[in-house]
Amino acid sequence: MNPAKDTSPGEDPRPAAGADRGTGAGPAPVLLEMRSITKTFPGVTALADVNLAVRTGEIHAICGENGAGKSTLMKVLSGVHPHGTYSGEIVYRGEEVAFGDIRASENAGIVIIHQELALVPGMSITENVFLGNEPRRGGAIDWKRARQRVLELMEQVGLKEDPDAFVSDIGVGKQQLVEIAKAFAKDVKLLILDEPTAALNETDSRHLLDLLREFKRQGITSIMISHKLNEIAAVADSITILRDGRTIETLDVQDGGVDEDRIVRGMVGRELSGRFPDHESAIGEVFFEVRDWTVRHPVSAERLVCRNSGFTVRRGEIVGFAGLMGAGRTELAMSLFGRSYGVWEGGHVFKDGKEIQVKTVADAIKHGMAYVSEDRKAIGLNLLDDIKSSVVAAKLSKIVRRGVIDKVRERKVADEYRQSLRIKTPTVDEGVTKLSGGNQQKVVLAKWMFTDPDLLILDEPTRGIDVGAKYEIYGIIQRLADQGKGVIVISSELPELIGLCDRIYTVFEGTITGEVPRGEADPEVLMKQMTSTKKTATP
Amino acid sequence: MSRYQELKKNLFGGTTSNARQFGMIFTLVAIVLLFQVLTDGLTLTSGNLIAVVSQYSYILILAVGMLMVIVAGHIDLSVGSVAAFTGIVVAKAMQEHDLPWPAAIVFGLLVGAAIGAWQGFWVAYAGVPAFIVTLAGMLLFRGANQYVGNADTVPVPEGFRKIGAGFLPEVGPDTGYNNPTLLLGVAACVAVVWREWRARQVRQQMDADLTPLWVSGIRLAVMLGVVIFATLRFAGGRVGTSLPISGIILAALVIAYSFYTRNAAGGRHIYAVGGNARAAELSGVKLRRVNFLVMTNMGVLAALAGMIFVARSAASGPQDGLSWELDAIAAVFIGGAAVSGGLGTVSGSIVGGLVMALLNNGLQLEGVGSDRVQMIKGLVLLLAAALDVYNNKQGRFSVIGSIMRPFRRDNGSAPPDAASSPSSEADPADKTDKTDKATATG
Repeated sequence: MNPAKDTSPGEDPRPAAGADRGTGAGPAPVLLEMRSITKTFPGVTALADVNLAVRTGEIHAICGENGAGKSTLMKVLSGVHPHGTYSGEIVYRGEEVAFGDIRASENAGIVIIHQELALVPGMSITENVFLGNEPRRGGAIDWKRARQRVLELMEQVGLKEDPDAFVSDIGVGKQQLVEIAKAFAKDVKLLILDEPTAALNETDSRHLLDLLREFKRQGITSIMISHKLNEIAAVADSITILRDGRTIETLDVQDGGVDEDRIVRGMVGRELSGRFPDHESAIGEVFFEVRDWTVRHPVSAERLVCRNSGFTVRRGEIVGFAGLMGAGRTELAMSLFGRSYGVWEGGHVFKDGKEIQVKTVADAIKHGMAYVSEDRKAIGLNLLDDIKSSVVAAKLSKIVRRGVIDKVRERKVADEYRQSLRIKTPTVDEGVTKLSGGNQQKVVLAKWMFTDPDLLILDEPTRGIDVGAKYEIYGIIQRLADQGKGVIVISSELPELIGLCDRIYTVFEGTITGEVPRGEADPEVLMKQMTSTKKTATP
Repeated sequence: MSRYQELKKNLFGGTTSNARQFGMIFTLVAIVLLFQVLTDGLTLTSGNLIAVVSQYSYILILAVGMLMVIVAGHIDLSVGSVAAFTGIVVAKAMQEHDLPWPAAIVFGLLVGAAIGAWQGFWVAYAGVPAFIVTLAGMLLFRGANQYVGNADTVPVPEGFRKIGAGFLPEVGPDTGYNNPTLLLGVAACVAVVWREWRARQVRQQMDADLTPLWVSGIRLAVMLGVVIFATLRFAGGRVGTSLPISGIILAALVIAYSFYTRNAAGGRHIYAVGGNARAAELSGVKLRRVNFLVMTNMGVLAALAGMIFVARSAASGPQDGLSWELDAIAAVFIGGAAVSGGLGTVSGSIVGGLVMALLNNGLQLEGVGSDRVQMIKGLVLLLAAALDVYNNKQGRFSVIGSIMRPFRRDNGSAPPDAASSPSSEADPADKTDKTDKATATG
């Protein structure tokens, strides 16, 4: 969770909730009020006396670190945790409500769109939009009406696509829109979006935020949970901040004075002096170089995901890769890492001046490469594993003697990482799913540090983790660089790259389009190069 | 935590792998006691125990291999047919080509390895789902068995029958017991004590919480009691009988494979592949090789099981090995493996297999017909799985729930309940995530 908490005992965490909540003085009536919600799980109090008031027609953001109780609160609201399993009351449109399940809340017009989209990939847009809510005539689905309706809904959410297209064939951004259309098909009054832009690129994110504003004009109320504070600051009318299962405060954005730092202060209980630890890079000579790297898409053979890409990494250097989603950054990284993606067409890799062959992951590990994936749950970790076996998984040979795993060493190694990376867990015997996102990410980092890499490729190393943990991850990255390792950071957050990296490459449609040194990097410069070829940005 | 849970944790958390197994051990004990009473003490007689071992050892051998197949995320439907095919080939080789029986055994194992490699090739390198590959294999090798044997039975020579129907020799002074079995029993006792001592030592080196001495004491006493009881029963049967040779083969395999799956790098790779194949691949695990070896190994064990069965029935026939795959798969799932792979233990599968075996045996002793026995076994399998799902929903121990739990396939360490202590960080709502998603889509 939040290490900053431990280190700031003296600072004022702001007096708890109350001041500006539920005064009723706002311009619009209150649509939803959750009063004194307390929800306990065996041994843990997830929510303690939480209050939330959402006015009709506003965009209300809920902020808080991972584990602060945001999701639990929304599950209470939507009936996932049914009435009776929590204490406190929910007043919705002037009446006290008691939802027994999701369907009950949906019937009342409250629809949640989860971070992991609940779409069936092998079904068309139309089928997905009306899944579980099919327009019927007689006993059969009325496809004619469904089609009319879906066209209206797609128009409403700004989705331009063939309604018969399979969901698996459209991008994440459009999938998100399908989810919203699905919510609209249910006659939504209160739309709840859980991390809606987490998987979207900047263009899609902007489009989605515009859409939220448009809904607001149409009188639809939205609750938005997000880690992206810049988006919240830009779009929200009010912000409720949760910390450790309690309401800390509700900020009214119209009153002014609410910026990212202000939100961060509420979330962590102190102002982060900087988002990045101070760091002076000691950069050595070039030790890793890629030339003319070309990779074809694994399925559509005519698409090149990397075109003659070339770059260098110096010892002790943190190199950033900026690009829009789908630009080919992950593809480049994974194809370099033992050809784990696509079909290799050509290109060379040099380490310490000598060409190396990296045809398998084992080769890559042997040559001191490490790849921390952007999707730690899907491909970074075995979620059945405990911490200690995760840490040693990529280099078992280091703790194996005559074919047998030395479990004493395994545990000691894991424990050392637990201490040095400050992985918050009672013991390393704990399952990795028990950890918060930030701590899971530390486990993945430990796993790759254990392989003694010279070059670490970190793909979205801070995705989905909270502010305090991000700061720690940045510190770890800098420490790795200080040890003389080369670190490549792929990130969709430009401020992160600018704050962390010594040099940034920009990637657009599989081509490396630019190289920007630390001093010259600013969002505008990067963005220009990230969209630099004549063609306009990805649809 | 209640005292009962504390005890449970201390007694079982440390040595056996997961709580499902704990439940199954109790089920096993309950079944034994139940039939012991119902059959007026017939269940635990020397004769019956020896019969059970020689009757079910080949299924349990299959379960060992099947466990690894299932942990890797596959299934093998062909084991019964492969066993039957190997049996007929070996029998023919001895009868018509005068192959000496020791050579025949080696030959049989090679045949099994070749068949396993064939299926492993399709699964690992061609990427055909194991369900399909082994369904094909089931038909293919059943047919091959009948083709080779002309759908006829082929007898096997005396020497060969030892591995299925043989006993340890009667040697040494007349103690009233079978002496080699007694010696094995003593060795087992020493091993049990050594293992407990060693486990404590390892935990000490790990700086892990040490189990209280009295707990170790109780655990030791129980295990020694079981070993001594079993030794005396197996050694004290009719003169000329002992622990069956097939039982000794089984015990050796269980020890070897438990060790391999728990402590060897190769064993861990199997769990990694089953837990998250892509993550394993990106960690440098050779996915294809693991899948290939797991299937090949299953072929070898199926061949061994087939030969033991043929040896026991003195002849190979066209009906050998019918529906063995289902018994083996049931044993593995009752023993706590997950359908999706990545979870399960060898010892758990053996316990699961023994539950089925003793249930079968007890019902037969009671004179229940095979029709009803099958129905009861089916219900037991369903019940075991349903209980697991139920426990998971209640937030209690379960296999599915143990996805969240760290203390599996491990001989040490985790206090299972530390996880739920308030100091734990994870969002407690995570636990319900799966069900949430299910409802969210609906």
